[in-house]
Amino acid sequence: MKQYDIVVIGGGPAGLAAAISAKKAGVSDLLILERDATLGGILNQCIHNGFGLHTFKEELTGPEYAARFIEQVKEMEVPYKLGAMVLSISPEKVITYMSKTEGLVQISAKAIVLAMGCRERPRGALNIPGFRPAGIYSAGTAQRLMNIEGYSVGKEVVILGSGDIGLIMARRMTLEGANVKVVAELMPYSGGLKRNIVQCLNDFNIPLKLSHTVVGIDGKDRITGVTIAEVDANRQPIPGTEIHYDCDTLLLSCGLIPENELTREIGVEMNRVTSGPNVDDKLQTGAPGVFACGNVLHVHDLVDHVSSEAALAGENAAAYVLAENQTEKTHKVTLKAENGVRYTVPQTIDVENMRDSVTVRFRVADIYHNRAISVYYDGQKITSRKKRVLAPGEMEQVVLKKSSFAEYPDLKEIVICTEEV
Amino acid sequence: MTDIRYDVAVIGGGVIGSAIARELSRYELSVCVIEKEEDVCSGTSKANSAIVHAGYDAKPGSKKAERNVKGNAMMGDLARDLEFEFKRNGSLVLCFADEDMPKLGELYQRGLKNGVEVSILSGDEVRKMEPNITKEVVAALWAPTGGIVCPFGLTIALAENAADNGVEFIFNTAVTDIKKDAEGYVLVTNNGEIKTKAVVNAAGVYADTIHNMVSEKKLHITPRKGDYCLLDKEAGGHVSATVFQLPGKYGKGILVTPTVHGNLLLGPTAVDVEDKEYTATTAAEIADVVKKSAVSVKDIPYRLTITSFSGLRAHEDGDDFVIGEVADAPMFFDAAGIESPGLSSAPAIGVEVAELVAGKFDAKKKENFIAKRKGFVKLAEKSFEERAAKIKENPLYGVIVCRCMDVSEGEIVDAIHRTLGARSLDGIKRRVHQGMGRCQAGFCTSKTMEILSRETGIPMEKICKNSTGSEMLSRKM
Repeated sequence: MKQYDIVVIGGGPAGLAAAISAKKAGVSDLLILERDATLGGILNQCIHNGFGLHTFKEELTGPEYAARFIEQVKEMEVPYKLGAMVLSISPEKVITYMSKTEGLVQISAKAIVLAMGCRERPRGALNIPGFRPAGIYSAGTAQRLMNIEGYSVGKEVVILGSGDIGLIMARRMTLEGANVKVVAELMPYSGGLKRNIVQCLNDFNIPLKLSHTVVGIDGKDRITGVTIAEVDANRQPIPGTEIHYDCDTLLLSCGLIPENELTREIGVEMNRVTSGPNVDDKLQTGAPGVFACGNVLHVHDLVDHVSSEAALAGENAAAYVLAENQTEKTHKVTLKAENGVRYTVPQTIDVENMRDSVTVRFRVADIYHNRAISVYYDGQKITSRKKRVLAPGEMEQVVLKKSSFAEYPDLKEIVICTEEV
Repeated sequence: MTDIRYDVAVIGGGVIGSAIARELSRYELSVCVIEKEEDVCSGTSKANSAIVHAGYDAKPGSKKAERNVKGNAMMGDLARDLEFEFKRNGSLVLCFADEDMPKLGELYQRGLKNGVEVSILSGDEVRKMEPNITKEVVAALWAPTGGIVCPFGLTIALAENAADNGVEFIFNTAVTDIKKDAEGYVLVTNNGEIKTKAVVNAAGVYADTIHNMVSEKKLHITPRKGDYCLLDKEAGGHVSATVFQLPGKYGKGILVTPTVHGNLLLGPTAVDVEDKEYTATTAAEIADVVKKSAVSVKDIPYRLTITSFSGLRAHEDGDDFVIGEVADAPMFFDAAGIESPGLSSAPAIGVEVAELVAGKFDAKKKENFIAKRKGFVKLAEKSFEERAAKIKENPLYGVIVCRCMDVSEGEIVDAIHRTLGARSLDGIKRRVHQGMGRCQAGFCTSKTMEILSRETGIPMEKICKNSTGSEMLSRKM
């Protein structure tokens, strides 16, 4: 069985950035396994702009952003395999994959970087009642059919869910001549970025109905209409508020789910809020030498953050292989998300062996105005930063410096929370 | 259509029509199956509990009881010969209150009368067998011969084997009227007339409509709708037996069962509807499924629901199967009112109706009847070595299209090119389970459409989810 120092599972934005940084950190014996026929992952179908503002200080399209990383991978001669689908990963880090050219192959790795991305929540998982006709697509599927295959999926469109892909598709379909009638969102706030609501809905006069959901789907063969209704505080439809729309297409943009089937096989501890594995400040999962980054770890809204997170994972995987920074002494501190903070990534920090600083990313549970994000070390407030608006659709972060822990030799718990100010 | 006159025309390509056609194909008869949809297994047969009932439930002496017990006994051999998925996982009927114990006793007695192996277990014995059974359960009936089957696999296997033995399948063809003529019957369809000497009516929820075209003794079938929730394979091991509820204070009861594909299935509700096409789920019924399933089994991970669906049972007013030659329509045979335990009874009904019809023709058995059929290659179930060998043989087996169910391009291509090959996305799904997993075809829809278009020559814009009218795309940009 061939052994690699590092195997990166997935050649999307996370996998590419992880592999590049692992190579830069001095590991050459590495391999990217990508199931699709090209590198770049979902970016290839994201032909709109708005990518790379943080990373490159310019506005790129998805394929352009991906190309920057793919070019680096090629220049640096990072090995990769396309059409290589990983079927399983054992706790001993034996990876089974298959491809058209190689058949079924087993390899082993000293370190693994999980970068499999996420999938869209399907209609079935939403329990939307009604018929099951053609014409109901998750937004990303419709995006692929339009942007990669070159086919329009419909003319009269209703969108359920205001996730970013749904918002982007509202604009995309409008530009392609379709009539996007409404975007209905179950929650009292949008799950997407503010800039997407402005640029994709407001600019095209597409109404966004918050606290609304689909309560009926008509059409036995192809969808002919949907009925939406307002929901109460418990997200239950309010009788009498139904509105019917004739349509031939229903797009769903109701959340993304990290693809962690392989991760579960390794047997690491998972997080119920993120649906990703729990990781430490090195982005290492419960299995030593197995790292995770990007949307498989937690769903991001900006690819720039995916890239920076993945670079860190790649660098740490390299350090693990090269056995750097390994000391006997560890001091693990647990991070807790409280009062409106839904989760944190990472979930633990080894303050003894951490880098100079660690970026803790998280999301809030609701729309909050004029609240502070505060950090407590064992009950003592360390920092507090006031924000005018906090929204679940926008990922937040705090940076914790190693120096800040110097005065807390017995620290057990870090709390990140929102607070009224 | 043509001047050919078939010996037998079977109306309906569901599990019953396919079982009858397969058994008829043993004889020297020309047989066709007329199906209004684009594929077999497109009505009740595709949306049901997928249970092979043990046979304790139906009234002793009824057609339902007798065919169920016979069909159940036949299922093992049939699954081996025709290579579809079937497993005897056993059935439990839960009793939740001491005052309902006499009813459980009745069911036990009925089981014995029907010739079914049954026993009564205490609540603790049940929980020892199935740790997730709720503490409210005081006792249960245990029937080890109960089983689960892939209803698509069963129906398609029967139909393919029938076709391999010379039965002609005519799709996208709905019978709109039936005329008698000197030599038998003329079926009027949307695609012209089809002449036949004999007719078998296996039209599911439409069996009354078809029957009433030729007979004065009218049938009346009520579509009885049932909604289901299907949970991800992650939840498939939550119970190992099929768990029923004793009809009692919780109404008719909701079952909780693993499927042969490893998912967990909950349902069905029972609501009578007027429209024979009304397969829409409702929020109220799905809520009912959730509520009642929790009475039997604790900690069901409902968040792992991947889809919900609805099916129609063909309930005849007489509350029993209607099988046999119609008194005022010679050579017209009914297989009507086939509701639960219809799937379980299908093998027995197939033999019964075929023998009846062949007897009227005094038909001889073929010498070259092909009794076996090769099942679909399921690479995900193969060992590492077997799988590696298959990929060497055909590299397309090494290209995964459906990640969730681990289905390769080679398997999809096979599903398109074999006997009665798939011509729609649902047809592929029912054959090789592409798109049946947790992402519900989110990732593989476009790739599967491309493969179907490439292999059949159907343009992308004409690719359908199922029947004509369910086109997936509006236009090429």
